[in-house]
Amino acid sequence: MAGQFEAIPGGGSAVALDEVEIAIIRSLAVQLLELLGPGEEPVEGEDPLAALFTEGPTEPPSDPALARLFPEAYLGPDAKDQTDELQAASAEFRRFTENDLRSRKRADVLCVVRTLDQLTANGDGGAVLKLTADDALHWLGALNDLRITIGTRLDVSDDDENGDLYQLPDSDPRKPMVMAYLWLGALQETLVETLTPDA
Amino acid sequence: MDQVSVAPTEIERTESAEKPFAVPEPDVPWVTLVHNDPVNLMSYVTYVFQAYFGYSKDKARKLMLDVHHKGRAVVSSGSREEMERDVQAMHGYGLWATLSQDRN
Repeated sequence: MAGQFEAIPGGGSAVALDEVEIAIIRSLAVQLLELLGPGEEPVEGEDPLAALFTEGPTEPPSDPALARLFPEAYLGPDAKDQTDELQAASAEFRRFTENDLRSRKRADVLCVVRTLDQLTANGDGGAVLKLTADDALHWLGALNDLRITIGTRLDVSDDDENGDLYQLPDSDPRKPMVMAYLWLGALQETLVETLTPDA
Repeated sequence: MDQVSVAPTEIERTESAEKPFAVPEPDVPWVTLVHNDPVNLMSYVTYVFQAYFGYSKDKARKLMLDVHHKGRAVVSSGSREEMERDVQAMHGYGLWATLSQDRN
């Protein structure tokens, strides 16, 4: 069925996408790549080992979506818990983990772009995307990160469940993003289903 | 006369050179907390708890509902190093997780 992931017998997941859907996912994925920034691949002429010892940042990203993708490890939502000590521990944690996390997220999104580019279009421009079990996990991560990014931009909150955001008039400039957000959520939901163990 | 003890004398432990800073109570375990956020799908959060921690579907679902209704849930506990690993993994999955020392 179109727009829904289904498990492939023997492993992996498949979904039929139309031309517009393919174009939208690819465009959003490329935007997320740009937001995530360049990877840690060594520049030509530089010692490739140097990248392994490059320390990450200590400050949380200023972009709200990136801040959500790379959260503080010792600082929860409770303002009373924000001591200097925990701030320092968060900075230290970030220094040693953020680069890896960024690479992982880049790899997820790159897999989305690569698998979409390898599609063979049928007559009307659509195609059936068949993912290996590994690629399905990359897709799962990328779809989630895309939704986090768009959700942060739209300022989605729990109160929106029946709220205004999902009943915007067509003239609202946020409408296309909200539609994409909801559609990616439905797509991710079916992918999760194909991957969730029963017990 | 003092009693002669057969127990080995307690050797005073020297301070480890690599003592992690900011650990006031070393015996108190650390916990990984997952916080509620409005974006992550309930099914996805349940999936992550199953896939990463190996929890049963029932346990994973219960934890997910705790996160959803109570705002947060303790999803694992152990040493500080173990919890840093779990938090890092949760961030990899896009969940909002923190670690803290369990003082309750």
